[in-house]
Order: sequence, then C-alpha cells, then structure tokens
Amino acid sequence: METQDLDLERSELELDAEPMFINVGPAHPAMHGTVRCQMELSGEVIERVDVQVGYLHRGFEKMCERGTWSQVYPYVDRCNYVSPMLNNVGFSLACEKMLGIEVTPRCAYYRIALGELARMSDHLTCDGAMAMELGAFTPFLWMIKGREMIWDIMEEETGARLTHSFGRVGGMASPPTDGFKETARTAVAEILAIVEESERLLFGNRIFLDRLQGIGKISAEDAISLGWTGPCLRASGVPYDVRKAHPYGRYDEFDFDVPVGSEGDCLDRFVVRIEEIKQSARIIEQALKKLPSSGPINVDDPRVVLPPKEQVYNTIEGTIRHFKVIMEGLKIPAGEVYSYTEGGNGELGFYLVSDGSGTPYRVRIRPPCFLVTSGLERVITGAMVSDVVPCFGSLNMIGGECDR
Amino acid sequence: MAQRLVDLLKNQFALAVLETYAQHGDETVVLDPGSWHEVCRFLRDAPPAQMNMLTDLTAVDYPERDPRFEVVAHLYSLQHGHRLRLKTRVGDRTGEDVRVDSISDLWGSANWMERECYDMFGIQFVGHPDLRRILMYPEFVGHPLRKDYPAERIQPLVPYREGINNEKLPPFTAFEGMPFGRQTHQQSGPLGSESDPELFPEALDASQGRNPEA
Repeated sequence: METQDLDLERSELELDAEPMFINVGPAHPAMHGTVRCQMELSGEVIERVDVQVGYLHRGFEKMCERGTWSQVYPYVDRCNYVSPMLNNVGFSLACEKMLGIEVTPRCAYYRIALGELARMSDHLTCDGAMAMELGAFTPFLWMIKGREMIWDIMEEETGARLTHSFGRVGGMASPPTDGFKETARTAVAEILAIVEESERLLFGNRIFLDRLQGIGKISAEDAISLGWTGPCLRASGVPYDVRKAHPYGRYDEFDFDVPVGSEGDCLDRFVVRIEEIKQSARIIEQALKKLPSSGPINVDDPRVVLPPKEQVYNTIEGTIRHFKVIMEGLKIPAGEVYSYTEGGNGELGFYLVSDGSGTPYRVRIRPPCFLVTSGLERVITGAMVSDVVPCFGSLNMIGGECDR
Repeated sequence: MAQRLVDLLKNQFALAVLETYAQHGDETVVLDPGSWHEVCRFLRDAPPAQMNMLTDLTAVDYPERDPRFEVVAHLYSLQHGHRLRLKTRVGDRTGEDVRVDSISDLWGSANWMERECYDMFGIQFVGHPDLRRILMYPEFVGHPLRKDYPAERIQPLVPYREGINNEKLPPFTAFEGMPFGRQTHQQSGPLGSESDPELFPEALDASQGRNPEA
C-alpha cells in the first residue's frame, strides 16, 4: 500500500520547530474531573500551560443565600461527591461554632466514625483512579470494591449512597443503626486487606513506579505558598493536619499518626493516601469503641433541633416548633465565623456570615481542591505530556468542590 | 496567641488599622485599603507573625453600606499555628471601579482566589498578573455573587465564537489537529477566517512556505 507521504518532499516531513498547542479536557478519559489544560509543547515537553476550571460551576454559594441554614446541606454534599460526609460534618461544626453548641458524645464519635469512613472512600477512589489511568485496572476494581462496602454502610446508616445530607445543626439526622459497629468493623478489615493486596500489586511494578517516582515534584515552600493542604501538602513533607494541629470534634482523644512524604512527587502523594487509609482505620476502631450504644444523638436545644415526631403530630407546641424551625429556618446569631476541618483533600473551610435571620447572608466554602488545582500549572510545566495524567490524578481534583 | 499579633499590628501600623475585634475566637483586623499590601507583606515576613499560608480570600457584598465590599483574607502560620482574619472595605454603592491591591506576589494561592473574587464580585485587584474570569465564561454579564444580581437572571446567548479574540480559547490555527505530513486541507482553499492575515499571520506564513506553487 502506498502512503500519501511518499510524494512529498523530505523537508516537508520534518516536524515543525514551532511550539505545538494541545488541549486536554474538559472531557478527557484521563481527566477524572472537568478541567481543561491548554498546553504549549516543544517536542514532548510542556513549555507553558493554562489550567482552566469552572466547567462544573453550579452557583452553590449564591444558592445557599436563598434557603435556610439547613438547606445548605444538600449543596455541601454535592461539593465533594466522594466524601460528602466530611463536608456535612464541616458545615455542622461551623454552624455550631456560631451557635455555641457542643454536640453529645454519641454524636461526636458517630461523626468521626462516619467521617473517617468517608475519608477512606475518598482516598480509595483517588488512588484507584490514579492506578487505572496509568494502566493498572485491577487495583482500581479492588479499591472500588472497597468503596462499595463503605457506600453500603452509608446507605444503611443514612438512606443514601452518595449524597447523604445526613448532618444536622446540633446532631445527626438519625442515631446509628443497631448493626453499625459490626458492619463497620467487618468492612474496615476487608478494606485493609484490599489495600495491602493493591500495595503488593503496585509497589512491585516497575512501570507504575517509574511513572510516579520523581514526577510532579513540588517543594514544601511552593506548596505552602500555593495554599495546599491535606495529603498533597503532607507529601511534600509538611506535617500539617487540621485534626492534629487544631483538633475539632473530639479528635484530640484519638491516637493516630500523620503520614508525611519526603519528595513531594506523585508517588509520595499516592503513598500518603494509602497510609491515611490505614490511619483512618485506626481512628474508626477507636471511635467504634468509644461510641455509646445509647443516649441522645441531638443536643437538647429547641432553637435548632426538630422535636420528635410523636410531639409534632400529637401536641400543638410540637407542631409550632417544627413549623418554625422548618419554615423560618433556625436562627443563627449575627456575626461571622471561619471554621475549618480536615476534608478529604485538605483544609475544608467555611466562612459564614449571618445577619441573624433564618437565611445565610454569605456562605463561603473554602475548597481545598481549588488551590491544589491552581498548583497544577506549576507541577506540570517542564514535564512531559504523559506526566500530566499521574500529576493530575495525584492532586485528586474534585470538580464539584473546585468549581462549586 | 493571635491577640499578640493584633497588638503588634496596632503598634506598627497605627494609621492603617481601622478596627479590631474578635468573635468566636477569630481575631479580626480591619485595614485601610491603601495599606493592604504593605500589612500583608509585614505579616508574611515579620518573625513574630510568619503567616506563610493564605488559606482563604473572598469578599462579602453589603449593598446598603458605603464602602460596599469587604475583602476578607484568612492567614495562617504553620510555624506558630495562629490565624488571623484581615479585612478591608472598598467600593462605593454603585459597585463600579472597585479596586484593591493584589497580594498575588506574596502568596501563590492569592492568584486564583483573586481571580475568583473578581469573577464573582467584580473587584479589580491592581497588580494581578492575569485577572480574568475563572469560574464563569468570558461573555458572562455581571458578577453573580453580588447581592443585586438576581439568582434567576438568564444570561444572553453567547454567539458562535470566531477568531482568536477570545481569552478562553487557545491560540489555535487551522492546522491544529492535522496529522503531520498531510496538508491536503490547505489545497482545498482558505478555511474560514484563516485567510485573514491579521488574525492568522502564522497561518499565512505556513501556507506560503509549504505550498510554493500556490
């Protein structure tokens, strides 16, 4: 078969010395979020890159200003859709900080157990997807199997697999089910086995290690300046974890370590997440031990907590109280607060401004992903095109949280 | 802890600090917009402060106040573990020509957060290297998080984007995406605006170079 090139001059076949522009995303199989990288290449090396986000912007902060404080929960759920429980807990803590409420011990430990399960599912998804994008499909299936177990627990507890909207100001929507401790213990043990199996499969794989080691390096100073938090910052060697540095909830009672990387490359970010899954398992084990099997889940505060259903249906006072909390919304005193928790990707902050009415005046969600994604430009400039995939995967950009 | 910082700022910048208060354990300093950058630099570099991380930067719109906007920054020091909220108030009631100094040269994280703040509130950060919309598209009219932007507003349809006068479109030419060595598309005549030498000078050069007979 004759190729068309044969009738061209030899000089015409040479590649252009001009830089080549290539566009990856917003919908690309190796980009598990809607982000677009416009790259200027010289050969295979990325000379310049412009990272563009915003393809998943749904105006959450504007929408939050239209409903009551409790109606914010579905929005924070949909911010980080791989660990929505952590967002639920973060927002609850922010509101409670403004109200000056402290939740009951049962609720606090329940939140920690559910939150750490959500963190495990976040890291399993990230590491699994990262391995899949580099061609290792088996670990992805195993890790997603592990995530499935967590989602089954979540479904049992909250009624929803993904978007739970389970947090409430002053408590949780419902107390833990009878079988929670048992199912959680079984699932955590199985997930740890899955993680160990995946580790054995991946860390002996030369191709996998070669594609991650020394790729996408970032120094601790750069990471701090870029506002990175969470696993990405810890991979660069900065042991900053909100749970340790500024314990919230009851994290100060727990015994766990903060895994820290040394190089700040893609492999470190991968390993830090793997280690965090193991630390989460430790925290869950302790939380399940501490979780009382009886006692109130909600605080006894008629300003914010809905009355029990028997009272609503049978007494006029209960009906009125229910009506006022639902229709007017719970009233948060005027003022502002910045509350921060450790989300799946780092410091998840809520800057809330209240004018004293039942509607938030301003809900600013400080997304850890947004700042981590802003560093993508620095990470991949000077790298090869094929390095974009592990770099982007290791940053764990969650479109919903980044764009809100 | 942070109270010490507030006292330090009061001593060092007596004229710039307009107001200080604390609520729910968050120390807040309200600054004069003119010394925004100077105080931020001091807080980043001074040994007792060492606020090496700008965790958050956003704005709040109070349409009935004058100045209308509050630019709010949250600083954190990894060494000392203290936090501080900085505020400055800018803009008049019309909401036009709102300006504040950019601090993107001090912290890398300010770059995207200032872009977002500009996108959502229309606050111009003077000295920002690349101030363009980030979450919205360039043709978006208005700034959605302002209180006078109705949430139900329907945006005008964006006309088909032509040419390269678009900041969110890559500077592509008509040759993009063509396999090397197959320039058959050039012989089929000019493609769209490719023939416009002002818009596509490189396209013209390339076509001249590659097709000497044309």
